[in-house]
Amino acid sequence: MKPLKISMKEFYILLGGALSVVVTVLIWNFSAPPISVVQVGPDGAAMEIVINEETLAEIERVNNEYPPSIPPASPDGPRASEVYQNVQVLGDLSTGQFTRLMLAITQWVAPKEGPESQVGCNYCHNAANMASDEKYAKHVARRMIQMTQHINAEWKSHVGNVGATCYTCHRGQPVPSYVWYKEPPHAQEARGAGGRAQQNRASAAVGLASLPGNVFETYLLEDNNIRVIGHTPLPTGNSSSIKQTEWTYGLMMHFSNALGVNCTYCHNSRAMAMWNQSPPARAKAWYAIRMLRSVNGEYTAPLVDRYPDYRLGPTGDAPKANCYTCHQGAYQPMLGYKMLEDYPSLSAPDYYAEYANEYRKKEKAKAEAAAALEAQEEAGEDGEAAPVAN
Amino acid sequence: MMREYQNIFTQIQVKGPSDTVPIEEGIYPRFDKKMVIHLLGRIGSAQIGQVYLGWFGITSGLCFLIAFEIIGLNMWASVNWDPIEFVRQLPWLALEPPPPSNGLKFPPMNAGGWWLMAGFFLTASLILWWFRTYRRARALGMGTDVAWAFLAAIWLYLVLGFFRPIAMGTWGEAVPFGLFPHLDWTAAFSLRYGNLFYNPFHALSIVFLYGSTLLFAMHGATVLALGHLGGEREIGQITDPGTAAERSALFWRWCMGFNATFESIHRWAWWFAVLCSVTGGIGILLTGTVVDNWYLWAVKHGFAIEYPTVYPVLPDPSLTEVTQ
Repeated sequence: MKPLKISMKEFYILLGGALSVVVTVLIWNFSAPPISVVQVGPDGAAMEIVINEETLAEIERVNNEYPPSIPPASPDGPRASEVYQNVQVLGDLSTGQFTRLMLAITQWVAPKEGPESQVGCNYCHNAANMASDEKYAKHVARRMIQMTQHINAEWKSHVGNVGATCYTCHRGQPVPSYVWYKEPPHAQEARGAGGRAQQNRASAAVGLASLPGNVFETYLLEDNNIRVIGHTPLPTGNSSSIKQTEWTYGLMMHFSNALGVNCTYCHNSRAMAMWNQSPPARAKAWYAIRMLRSVNGEYTAPLVDRYPDYRLGPTGDAPKANCYTCHQGAYQPMLGYKMLEDYPSLSAPDYYAEYANEYRKKEKAKAEAAAALEAQEEAGEDGEAAPVAN
Repeated sequence: MMREYQNIFTQIQVKGPSDTVPIEEGIYPRFDKKMVIHLLGRIGSAQIGQVYLGWFGITSGLCFLIAFEIIGLNMWASVNWDPIEFVRQLPWLALEPPPPSNGLKFPPMNAGGWWLMAGFFLTASLILWWFRTYRRARALGMGTDVAWAFLAAIWLYLVLGFFRPIAMGTWGEAVPFGLFPHLDWTAAFSLRYGNLFYNPFHALSIVFLYGSTLLFAMHGATVLALGHLGGEREIGQITDPGTAAERSALFWRWCMGFNATFESIHRWAWWFAVLCSVTGGIGILLTGTVVDNWYLWAVKHGFAIEYPTVYPVLPDPSLTEVTQ
């Protein structure tokens, strides 16, 4: 037995090798600094929003990009429904307002390049007969306008006074970049081995975790129970399983991913279930889940029969919405830009009904006056002047 | 020379026969010249083998192989037998226990049956290996401390995959076999039961876990620091304390007023390591069976502090809204 000598050179080569492995792993797997932390809760509760500058810059780039608002049109003049044919929504707008909104929608949604029959107005309309419903996109657009009005009128609990427009989801694309479809069943499920109970793969839907990835269909279309945590210290009948918790966890990963926030944005992570300790954003999210069930159940999913095959998912279902569709990585879509203020006709189906009624009243009065004048003229010919209504 | 003194690697190549212990050599000779590897000598003994097989070794190895194959082949099948995807997705893949609704019945093979089989063979392998550690220790006239420490780990394993699922009435409560999936399971377990950090046995387990690493570092560092004084000959220092033992005792008393001895430090380490998994197993076994929400349990027993409210607190919308 003799002592083994290792030279300093050998030693540093080995040390360098070990360090380079560590550094490679770090660069590969983790976010680059600087990372800042904003405290949002009481001292000591570790209620913090973690912000990575690089990620934030990308979120800002995506969400600060929107077309300039078109100058408002006059609310006066004949109503769109009286001038154009087959106007089933937005008929109460003046023709000026109606045309302005159509221009905006073209800018927000219609393709800018491609065959002539598929760009601009032609994406939805037959240029020879604008009133025709022959293009599927026109029917879908009408339904989406109704959906937007429904969201802004009935789901203020979620969208607040920021609201949603077509652009919130579409961002210049005919189909929003972030939609979801039902997942086809895993082939191995029907065989002898290799079933994976809808989890255990890197699913982008749940932030690349191995959690169950089919959370959109389960929670944002169907009305399944999300709450798994018990409300009593000792067992009193809450039979939620750990697997069920993994599904809920998967949905929460989607929220986190879609809004660019960590758990503590909505929860006090020491007691996830407790509403009396949760930040107010949690209530917004609660309404968001119900809003999406309504959006997908009543608007997006039922359009399946209208779409051509190339717009459908692998199991033949319509494109549907989740948190990412609007939020696109930001805590508020377009970082809270109130685009809806410039297009109030999208805020409720009857937003311009009052204008329309006034206009119709005026028109009626005009018609009555004209009729009266005619009658007077007729009477004048007969001799006696009929009293004129004022 | 001090400049050359490095404690990263073993300073002495340990090789060659040492025949002070009488054993029957038989087909497992003590020393085989062909099995001496210099690089291994830098981190431990230079000799590799001979491995004693024996019936417990063979059956344990076989059972482990069966479990390993069931898990691995199921993972491979789950990516439609694509070898590239198997390697690429390996950390995400798993063999999943049956759905909770299956209860304790034997499930269909592709819906938990393979999981149950893999669990059976893995458990058999561990228990057979336990007998091996016990019997080999006895054969060498050693105490059986290693076997009992190993049993503590088997206890935690059995609580997670056997005792607790049975207590809960379903195999669906058990842990999946997979890298990320078992970590996701762990996080979900804590979420479901209202934050495991309020589970006092979990807290104890963490104390013993971190305590083990601390004791390991303190002991390892002390002995290395005494290497040039013969401190690494620990048995000699226990039975006949020399200058190394006395220096280390003085060092720790000077630093923190108390020292373990060359003998007792090993008991400290053994108990810390064993209690880590023993207390952890108790904590898991109580979760869901007798406690449903550890946070609320901590509130009930007055050790979850209350924080001041710094944001407006809203009521649970499901209690105030009729929409569902």
